[in-house]
Amino acid sequence: MGSNSLYGPLDPAPDAGYTDAPPRMGFFTDTSVCIGCKACEVACKEWNLIPDDGFNLLGTSYDNTGGLTANSWRHVAFIEQPAANRGGGTVDALAAAATIAPPGRQPEFLGMPMSDLPGRTIDAPRSDFRWLMMSNVCKHCTHAACLDVCPTGSLFRTEFGTVVVQEDICNGCGYCIPACPYGVIDQRKDDGRAWKCTLCYDRIGDGLMPACATACPTQSIQYGELDELRSRARHRVEALQEQGVTEARLYGHDPDDGVGGDGAFFLLLDEPEVYGLPPDPVVTTRDLPAMWKRAGVAGLAMAAAVVVSFLGGRS
Amino acid sequence: MGVRTWIQDWPVYRQLTGTDPLGRGAAAQSPRSKALTARTETADSMARSVCPYCAVGCGQRIFVKDGEVVQIEGDPDSPISKGRLCPKGSASKSLVTSDRRQRTVLYRRPYGTAWEELDLDTAMEMIADRVLAARADTWEDTDPHGRPLNRTLGISSLGGATLDNEENYLIKKLFTAIGAIQIENQARI
Amino acid sequence: MAEAHPVGFQYVVDAKNRGAKVIHIDPRFTRTSALAHTYVPVRAGADIAFLGGIVNYILSNEKDFREYVVAYTNASMIVSEDFRDTEDLSGLFSGYDPETNTYDQTSWAYEGQQGDRETQDQDEAAIDRETASGLEQESHGPPVPADVPRDPTLQHPRCVYQVLKRHYARYTPEVVEQVCGVPREKFLEVCEAWTANSGRERTTALVYSVGWTQHSVGVQYIRTGAIIQLLLGNMGRPGGGVMALRGHASIQGSTDIPTLFNLLPGYLPMPHVQTHETFRQWIDAIRHPEQQGFWANAEAYAVSLLKAYFGDAATAENNWGYDWLPRLTGDHGTYQQVLNMIDGKVKGYFLLGQNPAVGSAHGKAQRLGMANLDWLVVRDLYLIESATFWRDGPEVATGEIVPAECKTEVFFLPAASHAEKEGTFTQTQRMLQWREKAVEPPGDCRSELWFFYHLGRMLRERLADSTAPRDRPLLNLTWDYPLHGERGDEPSGEDVLKEINGYDVATGAPLPGFAALKADGSTACGCWIYSGVFKDGVNQAARRKPGRDQDYVAREWGWAWPADRRLLYNRASADPDGKPWSERKKYVWWDPDAGEWTGYDVPDFEKTKAPEYRPPDGATGVAAISGDDPFIMQGDGKGWLYAPSGLIDGPMPTHYEPVESTVRNPLYTQQANPTRKVYDRSDNLTNPSPPERHTEVYPYVFSTSRLTEHHTAGGMSRQLAYLSELQPEMFVEVSPELAAERDLEHLGWAHVVTARSAIEARVMVTDRLTPLRIDGRIVHQLWMPYHWGGEGLVTGDSANDLIGITLDPNVLIQESKVGTCDIRPGRRPTGPELISYVQDYRNRAGLLPQHHTPMLTKDSDDG
Repeated sequence: MGSNSLYGPLDPAPDAGYTDAPPRMGFFTDTSVCIGCKACEVACKEWNLIPDDGFNLLGTSYDNTGGLTANSWRHVAFIEQPAANRGGGTVDALAAAATIAPPGRQPEFLGMPMSDLPGRTIDAPRSDFRWLMMSNVCKHCTHAACLDVCPTGSLFRTEFGTVVVQEDICNGCGYCIPACPYGVIDQRKDDGRAWKCTLCYDRIGDGLMPACATACPTQSIQYGELDELRSRARHRVEALQEQGVTEARLYGHDPDDGVGGDGAFFLLLDEPEVYGLPPDPVVTTRDLPAMWKRAGVAGLAMAAAVVVSFLGGRS
Repeated sequence: MGVRTWIQDWPVYRQLTGTDPLGRGAAAQSPRSKALTARTETADSMARSVCPYCAVGCGQRIFVKDGEVVQIEGDPDSPISKGRLCPKGSASKSLVTSDRRQRTVLYRRPYGTAWEELDLDTAMEMIADRVLAARADTWEDTDPHGRPLNRTLGISSLGGATLDNEENYLIKKLFTAIGAIQIENQARI
Repeated sequence: MAEAHPVGFQYVVDAKNRGAKVIHIDPRFTRTSALAHTYVPVRAGADIAFLGGIVNYILSNEKDFREYVVAYTNASMIVSEDFRDTEDLSGLFSGYDPETNTYDQTSWAYEGQQGDRETQDQDEAAIDRETASGLEQESHGPPVPADVPRDPTLQHPRCVYQVLKRHYARYTPEVVEQVCGVPREKFLEVCEAWTANSGRERTTALVYSVGWTQHSVGVQYIRTGAIIQLLLGNMGRPGGGVMALRGHASIQGSTDIPTLFNLLPGYLPMPHVQTHETFRQWIDAIRHPEQQGFWANAEAYAVSLLKAYFGDAATAENNWGYDWLPRLTGDHGTYQQVLNMIDGKVKGYFLLGQNPAVGSAHGKAQRLGMANLDWLVVRDLYLIESATFWRDGPEVATGEIVPAECKTEVFFLPAASHAEKEGTFTQTQRMLQWREKAVEPPGDCRSELWFFYHLGRMLRERLADSTAPRDRPLLNLTWDYPLHGERGDEPSGEDVLKEINGYDVATGAPLPGFAALKADGSTACGCWIYSGVFKDGVNQAARRKPGRDQDYVAREWGWAWPADRRLLYNRASADPDGKPWSERKKYVWWDPDAGEWTGYDVPDFEKTKAPEYRPPDGATGVAAISGDDPFIMQGDGKGWLYAPSGLIDGPMPTHYEPVESTVRNPLYTQQANPTRKVYDRSDNLTNPSPPERHTEVYPYVFSTSRLTEHHTAGGMSRQLAYLSELQPEMFVEVSPELAAERDLEHLGWAHVVTARSAIEARVMVTDRLTPLRIDGRIVHQLWMPYHWGGEGLVTGDSANDLIGITLDPNVLIQESKVGTCDIRPGRRPTGPELISYVQDYRNRAGLLPQHHTPMLTKDSDDG
């Protein structure tokens, strides 16, 4: 067991026993080109045959699936950002209208618009109002607490470095759910099992792209080798910064962060909290090694004894 | 399955004897997971199609297994769409395969309060009869000045923007030949 | 574009990533706005004021691409001295007849040509409006004579350039701000971006979605866009153009091979009882014997169509069967039909993949019309509202339809989906793409090809022994399509496509293109503009060479009409001498060594006609097109800044207020389009607009459009769980200011009222809607999607129930993108109380039985 298998940077697939693992694969979701079309949500469900999430108008802008759940493995968040300073609240439109004479045949124009409504200010029209959209997904953490706590071996690390729930193993114990620092993995009510994005394990094994990245009209969702994606993302941030989009930043790309970097990381245009992402996620099993050093030997010895007894019985 | 295989497939054995001592990766992979493959790869056939929703004309690949559509996704060859689809295009498989889709003829008789079943051939015969009757009842040979009209204003039709060119061609050809001119579609709307 | 055509929007994102500036102009902040550099909110229904302001900016700052404008447009042509502009006549052009509400267009003609038109029958303009004759010119201009006096210096006071300049002189940035609510600085930013990105080295694309057509001045909206693009030299050049993003998979195809009342395939007009009484009148009305351009060959196209329809029975002696064709007498459009249904004049109705109970304007009229038929055939994938109106429609709740008293016999015949049949769709760039069949249709589901083939077969069998003259065309129809498929009863789409392509009558060999069509009966062709789609016996629409293996024009994917040209009028991508305007924008050019036009696309020009070619005196037809006239389907080979004929409502776009407006037209006495098509009936009332009284009863402006997650009337989306969950309920978007004014609560209920109906919706309070200051007043706009109805996984009231029927005069498309309304908190009344609630609004608005919405506005009306 490597000393940093539960914390810090590493390449997770070799660490999980794949001797000739392919490159680690992941998602780079560039929210600066997301148009909020939700093709990712639909393509994911069509491919993975996921139940719908119910028909509820949530009133959170155009988001009506609410978040990542057992039945929504991609989720598009919509954030309407009004002007930071709306200059003393809403306009009294009737009062304003009342100050104007009724129109005649020779209408006179009575001055500039008076509010800082979206698109209405001259000074800073673009920063005035934003509609941010982000397709969220399981982060496929380098150090995945869900996997670490799974007692059945249902959650496992694939050769691509991704984290997958094996539906034939999961017994619905639910330990993984509080373990996830992002609140991604979730139990399905009717069957009790845990479900989340598999990064289309069945597709990528055949050299295909995951369904969401295949559909994404604007390449907001990019799939590829994680190293290459990280470098692409760095260049993208630089390009955006040069274009004056100074708020562009990466999230989940850093192997030195609390989860050892994400297999699915993001380019954001605001603080992570704005999108409902934890600002500084930490793998919830970070302290496990210390505990294991005390408790692990006994457990392993017991397990080994069981194996030996099987081997003995064979002859 | 021999006992050896069975044991060697046992995760704990693999965990202890393999390269995955924590049992989080290779050792934990279930036989099902190991055997997973994309159903597009195992399809019997693939038809190259076009999305039925808007007029961008995105390429679609329709994968078929045992006579059923099992997946519809973007055609990466298309210079229009480059393999991408919007949420509606991505939902095309549901559109085609949904169990909500009506697959049999329904009939509502005049003044009826419920649907009834009707077989397709009978429905076709009834419709043909009604077309001829409506045409006969409303036929106009000439206008008040004696100029030829050759038509009926008793029959209307609306639709075509979601249909094939070949279908629109037959629709217009047939309706024109029976003198039905009130033929319209979404292009007027 | 990102909302309704997300996959097309990838090219905008690509361009943005390469440094392009993206400007989005819309009444509401959409998903497109979210990715734009600049979002410009505008008042719904004020687009001509906005675009006219840009024309004014171009002309007053001389930002036009002068060399292009002089050579390729009609800027230099001299207009008749009889012409009077809206500036002189309080918003009317010369020739207006208040009796018919149409124009005598004689005075609009070019200098010296008006005499040619003195024969124009006063009611011809009315016939043109009733039959939407503007549509017949989708592929060609209306007639004009060839030799027109010109002033290439553009100084003559009556040259088109100067006429245009005077017409738009009042559309200043201040007026744009006053009419559209767009701040001057924002407006100038658009002007500067558009002009700076146009010219020799650069081009700008104008992309609109077809909401632009859904106005009482819809055609003139698009005309204004075209004028800008011509002035800036953006037509016929790569990266330029005016592109309609259409909304249905083959809506372009259903216009080309029309299921439309006034057209035959290839934009040939359906014969009119008066103007096309004889075959010769019909042909001459299409080709205009003295005219330039490719329409001179119209007789070949028309005869070939009749040969395709009637085969051997079509002979020179019987005018190829022309006399069998049914005749139009006026407006037979879908809205006239529906009103006729209400009046009991229509017996039977086919609905083919269309859901007018939700998708057409004035839902109540649609449903009451259907409830008054003898029979209705609905062919669709799902049980749509138009199939169930007799049981579940809103009028059942109000008591206006009582199922046990509704006589309509309804047949629901399930349709085959796109995966279950083969055939071509024509997408929005005129490209035909062949679809392969994936599976057999399930159960009773059948294609329209199947349905109409067998319906025709059965009708012919029933009438086989008839000697009645009226049955001749049906019995003479070529209808012997071989049958195929697992059931052995399916016609082949390829066989039909071959007939559309055309064939040599003697040998059956497919024709290579429309140039091979003959007027002597030796060729048959179902749609001349599609001729060539089966060139060499190969289904060209099925070509699928991957895009990545081709250049960006991708000519080996699908097939585009006409003649596989991907960019229309591409001769204009070269200068008058045939050289590319610039290396950067080269596309099609003259190769003097080879003596032919060449480039990345099929040249939209005679291949070997040199740039220096000049027609001999008296030439007509194709020979009359000069080597430097790129607009080869136009009667004069020029792009039209000014339309001397052909448009019902004026030679130049003019700002009129929407039919329902809260604003008095700030530019002219005339309030709304004086030639719009109206149906003045008690069941089709119009909310009052200034200068009428009581406009305060419906004080807000509303617009409707699509959501990404749904499709039109919802028949293909509200039935699907994965789409329904994404947008599960009907809602109305309002600004925080309007919410405060009307006590509307976010996620609470509200109802919206017009003279037609009241509907309810959940409230979305959002900063994406903004009040605008218009002509000194605050104008609130609200917005609704129009996808909902009573059937499906998610249901709700239909926004189209709010909308009345008033049409654009050129194409008879309804004004459904802007209207006035009231909005109130809480749900609407139900049952019969709904009717009295709406009636109370009408009473307060003065919409009493003797009320008629005025067409012509007089100065005295402002009182």
